[in-house]
Order: sequence, then C-alpha cells, then structure tokens
Amino acid sequence: MAKGVWIVAELRDGAFRKVTFEMASTARKLADQLGEEACAVVCGSGVAGIAGELGKYGIDKVYVADNAAFEPYTTDAHAAAVAKVVKDNDAAILLVAASFQGKDLAPRLVGKLATGMASDCTDVKIADGKLLAIRPMYAGKCFGEIVVSATPQIAALRPNVFPIVESAKAGAVEAFDPGLGELKTKVLEVQKEQAGKIDVSEANIIVSGGRGMKGPENFAILEELAGVLGAAVGASRAAVDAGWRAQSDQVGQTGKVVSPNLYIACGISGAIQHLAGMSSSKYIVAVNKDPEAPIFQKADYGLVDDLFKVVPALTQECKKLLG
Amino acid sequence: MNIIACVKQVPDTEAQIKVKADGSGIEEGGIKWVMNPYDEFGVEEALKLKEKAGGDVTIVSIGPARAMETIRTALAMGAEKGVHIDDPALNAADAYTTAAALAAAIKGLPYDIIFCGQRAIDDDSAQVGAILAEILGVPQVTFVTKLEIDGTKVKAVRPIEGAQLVIETSLPCVITATKGLNEPRYASLPGIMKAKKKPVEAKNAAALGVSTDAKSKVAKMIPPPARPPGKILCADDTPEGKAAELAKLLREEAKVI
Repeated sequence: MAKGVWIVAELRDGAFRKVTFEMASTARKLADQLGEEACAVVCGSGVAGIAGELGKYGIDKVYVADNAAFEPYTTDAHAAAVAKVVKDNDAAILLVAASFQGKDLAPRLVGKLATGMASDCTDVKIADGKLLAIRPMYAGKCFGEIVVSATPQIAALRPNVFPIVESAKAGAVEAFDPGLGELKTKVLEVQKEQAGKIDVSEANIIVSGGRGMKGPENFAILEELAGVLGAAVGASRAAVDAGWRAQSDQVGQTGKVVSPNLYIACGISGAIQHLAGMSSSKYIVAVNKDPEAPIFQKADYGLVDDLFKVVPALTQECKKLLG
Repeated sequence: MNIIACVKQVPDTEAQIKVKADGSGIEEGGIKWVMNPYDEFGVEEALKLKEKAGGDVTIVSIGPARAMETIRTALAMGAEKGVHIDDPALNAADAYTTAAALAAAIKGLPYDIIFCGQRAIDDDSAQVGAILAEILGVPQVTFVTKLEIDGTKVKAVRPIEGAQLVIETSLPCVITATKGLNEPRYASLPGIMKAKKKPVEAKNAAALGVSTDAKSKVAKMIPPPARPPGKILCADDTPEGKAAELAKLLREEAKVI
C-alpha cells in the first residue's frame, strides 16, 4: 500500500529555495498525523552535500539524483526523475511548490502518474487518512476542498503561506538513478532581472499601485517605500495595461494571485478582478482619495487621502521605526 | 502547419462568484461567459503562426452547449474549424480527465503545435496543458511570453521568479500562453459572419473512447473567509499624521513590519 508524505525539493543555483523548507515542514506535520515517514526528492547538480539539510525541517529520508542535466531546470529531466522515484517507492502523498518551476513540473507528473492534483493550495490536512487540500478558485472569489482519489495524491503548495518549522530528523541521504532518457527541451539562456528584485508571488510585503499613480515615473515613491520594507512592487491591471509596469508585476485574476502578510494598495480603486487576486493577504492597507472606492471594503486600514503625500510620509515613518 | 488551440469558456473576470448553498458548485445565473483570457493569447498566437507559416487552426473545446459561443468567437477571429466536446461527464471534469479527452480528440487530427492558456481563470488549476503534452508524448513550454518557430525548431521565453528563461525544443509540442505573448485581435464583422458557416464537429466521451472516472474532485466549494471590518485612520487629519498612525499600527497591532 502506498505510504509516506513526499516533497519535490526546489533548488535554484545549487541552494534550496525557501518554499522547500515550507514543504518539508508541512510534510512532517502530515506524516506525523499519518504515523508515516516524510521523504524528499532532490534533483540537482552538485547537491549531494546539501541534501541532508532537509533533516532539520523534519525529513526522514532524502532521495538524491545528482546529474548535470538537472541544472538549470528542464521539464523532461525533472519530471522523469521524480516520477520514477515516487513510483518505485509507492508514495502516498506528494507535495510540490506552486512556483513557476513547480507549476511546470507538477502537472507533467500528474500526467506521468495518471493521478490528480490540488493546485496552488493554501491549506492541507489529513481527513480519514487521506489528503484534504484547500485552495482558492476563481482567483479567491471562492475556495474548494479537493480530494484526490488516485495515487499519489499531489498537492502544490502556494509559496509563503505554510510556516517553516524546525524538527530534527535523520535526513538520511540515498542516491537514486533518475533513468533519464532523451531530453527534448533545453535552456539556452537565463536572463536575470535586476538583482534583489522580489517577485510579487513570493513577497512577504507588496506595495502596489494602480491608475491613481497617474504615470510610470510616480512608481518611484512606491519603490522607495518597498525598499525600506523589503517589499515587492505590484501593479493593478490598469497600470500594466497602460504600460507603466511589467506584466510580471500584475496582481489580480489575470495576473498573479498573492497572499502576502501585508498588501499596501495605492491608488487602486479595487476592481473585482483585482480584489480577487489579493484578498487572501493577511493585512490590507488602502490609500485612496475616493472614500467610496471598493478597495476600502477589503482594507484593514484605510487612508482616505492623497497618496502622493501619504506614501512619502509613510516611507519616512517606516525608516524611523525600522532604524 | 497544423495548429490546434484549446479554449475554455469561463465566467468574465468582473463576475461575482456565489457558491451554491450546498457547496456543490457556483450559481451560474447572471454570469457573463467569455473565452478564458489566457486561451485568447493562445488563439492569437495560433493565428499569427498560421499567417506566417501557412496551414490551418483547429479549435478544441470541452463544455456544455454555451461553449459553442466561445468556439465561434475563435472561428470569427480567424480559425478554420472546431471540435466541440460536449458530454455531461466531461464538462466539469478534473484536469487529468479533461486533458485525456482533449488528447483523444487531438490524436485524431494532424498536429504540429498545440496552444493552451497557462490556466483557466475559473478553477485556476494550471494543469491541462502539461498533462495533455505528457499524454501525447510531446514536450511542453509553459507560461510562454515570446515564441519563435523556425522549421521544427521552437524557441520560447518563459518567466520564472526573478529571471526569464530562453528555452529550445522542437515540434510537435504544447505551448501554454500567458499575458505578454501578444495582443489578441477582435473578431471582425465579416469574420463573425464567416464563422457561422465554419465546420464544428461534435464529440462525446464514448466517441472519443475516454474514461470519465475522475482522479480528483472538488468535494465542496466554500465562500472566502469574511474579513473583519477595517478602520479608517483619522486620528490626525494630515497625511503625515495618518502615515504615522498607520506605521504604528502595522508595527504594534498587525506586527507585519
């Protein structure tokens, strides 16, 4: 019978990404509830040395395939390796990151393993010995409880939502043969964006601007506040469609659906498709001149005022507080 | 070139979504149905490719009778023909079953490249394109923002966190489209008139020979958790005063900075 809670570790440039520790901690919790092992699959190049680190976050056993073909990530190499080790060991539950990489890999695994998956989950638990996954649908306009009846039960975890918990386990490392066949895709080039830029999908704090910003040059005041807070700068569809900001910064139903600890909406009226994309944020601040703007219905803290005065003042206050 | 574009009809982004009292689904009354915005990017790219390389574009869609409007929209944009899979056992199927049905329909057609949206904005699963690629045994490039095709060589750009990847693969393949790939065209009036006469083949699960046994299901739908009422900050009426009050609340009450 299938058993064990598995994770697919996500690496970038030879190091684990934070979401990997979130998955490991979550796998530990689920494994304890089931009385089973938590295992990890690590596919990378030159990673044997760091694989054991996952023991710190509750992983009992780490299956490692060390091969130059895994870096940078390609769908075929990773999907082949993960599907093989998961199948050989008859895993019951498999957690994957709902990151750009995970969103490419996980559905390919669903196809290879002929199973089902709950995408982009914000909560997972065990009910009647099976995985029960909770996830936003319609960009968060409603939620679904997903049950996967096939094996393994796959769930993709939204980054930045699940807590990291340390609990020392063996983290015993075992190498496996990924059995790579012909690889049909390759990465020709990795074009890095500006160093230190935080993606809105992974930010703890997002400072977002909309039509009320009036022009691309005015986003400088949001950049400055974001710099002080260690935040990412997001944008509404109106701001992106006007060409003021990059498409990758768009928050909403046709952009990224985000759930940071703090979302500061500046000059965003709150179209329903925008609200859908950010209303699962822990705290929401709205700065808008129009007291009737729908964004205030979602805001924990509302400031009815001119954002061009409030935002620079807030930047100064935060500088003072954060030293 | 034989080009396929898969489309899904979904509620418009401005639609209010209400969950049925028993949690079995959403209330469909009053919803305006549109082509999934990410699928529109796929259809547009399919048409651009056809205009450059020649060939034709076939639209494949799963959905109830109303999904025909979305197929006609794609035909009005310029696609040649459609396949409408309409079967109550498939119309709200899970991702694997959906992809298997699409694969069965596509296997019966000549194809060099298949476009899908990176996700449908209703269930937000973002799975079907990749599962379809796996079932057909062809490579995939997902979340594509730029595409170049030269002979059978495919060069695509996709974003990841903090970087853009330039990926090379070969035809046949599945491309999932995201915002940035192109600006979808509007259907012209002559296009709309012509679309009415373009052929659309009807299929169901039995005709496709696919299983309708779900691998996963939405056991229950629930409304989003209600947010507690917020405060309007007004201790001091100046922007500076409000900003100071906010910074203090974020630090001491919310503890998020």
